[in-house]
Amino acid sequence: MLDGTPGFLLLEDGTLFHGQLAAPLKMPAVAEVVFTTGMTGYQETFTDPSFRGQIVVMTAPMIGNYGVNDEDPESARPQISGLIVTELSSAHSNWRATRSLGSWLAESEVPVLTDVDTRRLTRHLRSGGVLRGVIGAGAAPTDAARAELESCPSMEGLDLASVVSTRAPYSWGEATAKTHIVAYDFGIKRNILRLFEQRDCRITVVPSTTSALDALALKPDGIFLSNGPGDPDAIPGAPETIRGLAASGIPMFGICLGHQLLGLSFGGSTGKLPFGHRGGNHPVKELATGRVLITSQNHGFAVQGGPEGIPGAPDLEVTHVNLNDGTVEGLRHKLLPIFAVQYHPEAAPGPHDARPLFDDFMSEIGAAAH
Amino acid sequence: MILVNSNPATIMTDPEVADRTYIEPVTPEYVERIIERERPDALLPTMGGQTALNVAMALHENGVLEKYGVELIGANARAISIAEDRKLFGEAMTRIGLKCPEGRIATTMEEAWEIAEFTGFPAIIRPAFTLGGSGGGVAYNREEFERIVRRGLDESPITQVLLERSLLGWKEYELEVMRDHQDNVVIICSIENLDPMGVHTGDSITVAPAMTLTDREYQLMRDAAIKIIREIGVDAGGCNVQFAVNPANGDLIVIEMNPRVSRSSALASKATGFAIARIGTKLAVGYTLDEIPNDITKTTPASFEPVLDYVVVKVPRFAFEKFPGADNTLTTQMKSVGESMAIGRTFKEAFQKGLRALETGRHGWEVAARAADDGLPDDSVDSLRAALGTPTPERIYQVKRAMRAGIDDAEIHRRAFYDPWFLAQFRELLAAEDAFCARPEITAPAMRRMKRMGFADRQLAALRGVDEAAMRATRHALGVRPSYKMVDTCAGEFPSNTPYLYSCYDEESEAPRTGKRSVIILGSGPNRIGQGVEFDYCCVRAAMALRAQGFETIMVNSNPETVSTDYDTSDKLYFEPLTLEHVLEIVDREQPMGVIVQLGGQTPLKLVKGLEAAGVPILGTSPDAIDIAEDRRRFEAIARELGVAQPPNGTATSVEAAIEAADRIGYPVLVRPSYVLGGRAMQIVYDEASLRDYFQRAVRVSEDRPVLVDAFLEDAFEADVDAISDGETVVIGGIMQHIEEAGIHSGDSACVLPPYLIAPEHLDTMRRHTVAFAKALGVVGLINVQYAVKDDVVYVIEVNPRGSRTVPFVSKTIGVSLASLAARVMTGEKLADIGFTQEIIAPYVSVKEAVFPFTKFREFDPILGPEMRSTGEVMGISDSFGMAFAKAELAAGNGLPLRGGVFITVNDRDKPTVLPLARRFHEMGFTLMATEGTARFLAERGVPSETVAKVSVGRPNGVDKMLNGEVQLLVNTPLGKRAQKDDYSLRQAAIAQRIAYTTTLSAASAACDAIVALTTRTPTVCSLQEWQETIPA
Repeated sequence: MLDGTPGFLLLEDGTLFHGQLAAPLKMPAVAEVVFTTGMTGYQETFTDPSFRGQIVVMTAPMIGNYGVNDEDPESARPQISGLIVTELSSAHSNWRATRSLGSWLAESEVPVLTDVDTRRLTRHLRSGGVLRGVIGAGAAPTDAARAELESCPSMEGLDLASVVSTRAPYSWGEATAKTHIVAYDFGIKRNILRLFEQRDCRITVVPSTTSALDALALKPDGIFLSNGPGDPDAIPGAPETIRGLAASGIPMFGICLGHQLLGLSFGGSTGKLPFGHRGGNHPVKELATGRVLITSQNHGFAVQGGPEGIPGAPDLEVTHVNLNDGTVEGLRHKLLPIFAVQYHPEAAPGPHDARPLFDDFMSEIGAAAH
Repeated sequence: MILVNSNPATIMTDPEVADRTYIEPVTPEYVERIIERERPDALLPTMGGQTALNVAMALHENGVLEKYGVELIGANARAISIAEDRKLFGEAMTRIGLKCPEGRIATTMEEAWEIAEFTGFPAIIRPAFTLGGSGGGVAYNREEFERIVRRGLDESPITQVLLERSLLGWKEYELEVMRDHQDNVVIICSIENLDPMGVHTGDSITVAPAMTLTDREYQLMRDAAIKIIREIGVDAGGCNVQFAVNPANGDLIVIEMNPRVSRSSALASKATGFAIARIGTKLAVGYTLDEIPNDITKTTPASFEPVLDYVVVKVPRFAFEKFPGADNTLTTQMKSVGESMAIGRTFKEAFQKGLRALETGRHGWEVAARAADDGLPDDSVDSLRAALGTPTPERIYQVKRAMRAGIDDAEIHRRAFYDPWFLAQFRELLAAEDAFCARPEITAPAMRRMKRMGFADRQLAALRGVDEAAMRATRHALGVRPSYKMVDTCAGEFPSNTPYLYSCYDEESEAPRTGKRSVIILGSGPNRIGQGVEFDYCCVRAAMALRAQGFETIMVNSNPETVSTDYDTSDKLYFEPLTLEHVLEIVDREQPMGVIVQLGGQTPLKLVKGLEAAGVPILGTSPDAIDIAEDRRRFEAIARELGVAQPPNGTATSVEAAIEAADRIGYPVLVRPSYVLGGRAMQIVYDEASLRDYFQRAVRVSEDRPVLVDAFLEDAFEADVDAISDGETVVIGGIMQHIEEAGIHSGDSACVLPPYLIAPEHLDTMRRHTVAFAKALGVVGLINVQYAVKDDVVYVIEVNPRGSRTVPFVSKTIGVSLASLAARVMTGEKLADIGFTQEIIAPYVSVKEAVFPFTKFREFDPILGPEMRSTGEVMGISDSFGMAFAKAELAAGNGLPLRGGVFITVNDRDKPTVLPLARRFHEMGFTLMATEGTARFLAERGVPSETVAKVSVGRPNGVDKMLNGEVQLLVNTPLGKRAQKDDYSLRQAAIAQRIAYTTTLSAASAACDAIVALTTRTPTVCSLQEWQETIPA
């Protein structure tokens, strides 16, 4: 950007970062500020509903190089509250590109602050934990911006899943498909649906508030609990619903927020990580085999526990742990056909190492049918 | 741990690195002898490039590994053969559903012609099992096809070439992959080539991470790479996979896979901070990735994929100026000799820093003053258009000229295939230049913006028509200073304590000063002819020595191929271009006790004046002493004062002055520009016409860039002396006698330590003179003096008060690390206190031989001269000169024949000298062949030989004899202008047929000694540690 308008990011601890606004700002944007270390897949990231309510800092310095296209979004629109980058590429080149990232974000009125020392910001968030922040126009924070920041709620206790969830059920995939899956939408990514579809599934995506009875009435072969934003502990009624679904004995699979909700449902607790896991390079150990998977991750909360188990949830065993910090990355019910992972086997963006989990789920469904 | 390597210039072959170090030829025969002697459990062939892999395969195939129960680790024989054999590889890719270039294999020229029907033109020719794509190329027509295929068949050890349909214009990528024996796989780095398919990746400007791939495309590539490492079966270690992507539809094609550490792995290690070779070795001996800690963060495991929050650009460095006539078109055969790497926060910043770090006189993306220097015949737009279609080292600058000339990006893309995204980046640089020029005044934000795009003060100064110092002053006044960020493998996600740093113009600096006494060591920049890893060796030894003495050591270098840029060699590493601006900023930040400039070759020396002017303390020998040695007039005065003979000489700032000087001195004269390393543009001139011609073609002179004119001492012996001084005590490190006579650049001449043909009294004279020079110049550190002996007079040729190219060779021979001691005396220690006061004469013979890139520059006449052309060196150690020389020759790839035919064709001057040599070959049972004059001369003196026609006169001539396999050794000294063409075709035939040849009689005599040694006894192997133990205390 040769000529932008000055802008800033002010964090709740008072730290100020200068930059340039890629497009004029209608009003200050306030949200939790998080960083992701993914080097590819910005369009998938920005459309991932799990990023709802967050200003995203890209540690990769050159963003926008390949533009945006019609195939890669993970939901209908950008979900992020704001974007902070070192450089937003003014030009793009890719055979699938339909337009520039800048114009696409501007259309959705997502504020973009460029020319920021994103490494300083990342190090700040890493050492002090994630903070709320406000993106504003001008060289210095205005009182209005400060007021907005004051009023920004903490992510803890915030139910965002109910906000992003579909209002009405909808179907995905061929009506004639072999397997029927009911997917609870807490902020589901499209690639999860695509991967089920590839495995000969038809999916009924239901609102997060759907009761167990209503869901079971759809006669699913398997139940899926999706990823999503916000604090898992703040979603009203979710644990009760999940316990009701579990009682049916129908195989159940959870990803990310779904994983956290399963942990909560069976007696575990969740807590906020200091600065979360966001990126495509997190090593996860599969405890049964000792194998290491490189995984795509995007979460600020985690199920409390470790390789030895989840306190308060004797029926759950831990199947995966993060090799960087030892946090719980996967769990399985000891008796019921229920398992979940904290990371994103559907990737998009990120590595495909954990994709076989979808096949595992299909096997569980096959086994339950016999 | 037993190491086998014949290269003395690396840290690796220092005796402390391995338990046993064999400086022996890396050939199946010698490695077998080492295995027989050492009985190792395993052989690790994946760290030594193609050479190591080929030797390992040979030992596997001839049953040696099985015989001695040696396991191949890292990659097994099956994996190596699948990866290397084009046919097997293609089949393997088909099995896992991946596409390879459509190609077919030829083992004869006839097969090749049949395949040409299928490939059409352009066709890609890739010989199997060669290094750096050697012998390969792109053929645009039938003539080129025939030439390249023949050469490729010649060079492939299994006489096999792959002929492919061209993917010209496709985008090229590489992934570095690692796998452990538990089948965990990680991708270390993605690399995108700026130059599209058709240019060898070693010759391409490359960028990490990949810039223009969506996640979908990247993950496809990642999945493919993982499938490939599993299918090929690299059990524990690393590999490198190259891909081509069709820019029109994303089609992915696998180009090749190297089941070993490669040039790109080295780059990827530096680009990410992930030590691929070190971790690969641990994987090979059985560790898993999650068991190995990430050495940079110390808190996270190695089982992860590095993420970058910066952009890395690698730029190749070429040496075509050294090989006039050689074709500088870039093809699938690698032609570069070195590379720079730069790190920036954006592509633009890293790109400009990378170009600047090349040290080729461009401070960024700058066009040359003259069209010719940008590879253009003239200033016309048509020439520019035409040039854009051919990849050459200058094309990147031609793009700038094209943009300035109004050629649009679509056309540039159509001609050069650079991705439009890169062209847009270049446009931004151009627009920024225009805006900066047009500004009424320079503001801080404007300055910062330019610096963030990687513009050097020098470039900005040129844009505003001021000088560099003024622009720097302006920048400082505006408070625009660089900040330094860490390379930490994790984009800041985890804390890191490894100060591997690069500059940028962001807000926050990391790794503050520690307050310890610190020393900055300036490295030697990209490898080039005349300045290779020998200098890096010196810098690394210095860093290690000073670290051990409790100093904080700070390395500055821009060369990813070196040990000095390993993040743990020094306490702090600044991966930065070695220009005054970058060095001054680092000095300002670090406030060191001083800067070491005498170990990194010419690169740091060029900065001395600027550093001194800025008040930076230079450790060791004073800048003034360095200047005396370089300044002809001042040096002459000192030599005269010390009573040391110099060849008659003069200095000229014009052609006329040079002619006058040459007349006074007498022809032949040696002419060269002052202040050069590696004998750049140095030439022996026999008459006035040639001298005029030299000024016309080779150099541009000016008042401050004079040309030196020296008497050329024909047939003199030359010697190099390396010594160390603490300012009081001077100790000789070693005296090396050159094998080739005067007139051959010392870097290209083989040399022997200790000397074997120079009279003891002359050696003493050299010792005395060296001590005198060191004292007179006030040397503190290293000094190198070159002498020539003619008619019992010892002449001084030149004095270099700095570390020389031979320091590693001498250090290995005498068992004393001269560079380490140099660093210690520079920081105030005395040799007496360190305990090195006496010259050490080792009770064995070391020979150094130069390695040349002639096979890559086929058009060039491979004759040695005063301009250095070698790109590396090897060492041979034995108890006799003959055997040491034989080993060095073998290590250099010049296998010597033990029987067969010797073809002698020498000029009249050399005839008396060649007689005894011919007689010895005759007595050893060789068949002699000679051209008429030489044959008659020999016959008259009782040495029989077969008369062979001169090439231009009749058939069968020498070339025919060589092609027929009748000649095993060619002894050819230049016959003068008239016979140039004859000589040239003979030497070319020798290279093509891999026939041993020498172009000097002294080398021929040494070869004769070596052949005697090889025929009379079986070569034995012995480790460096064992040799050094025989040095008397």
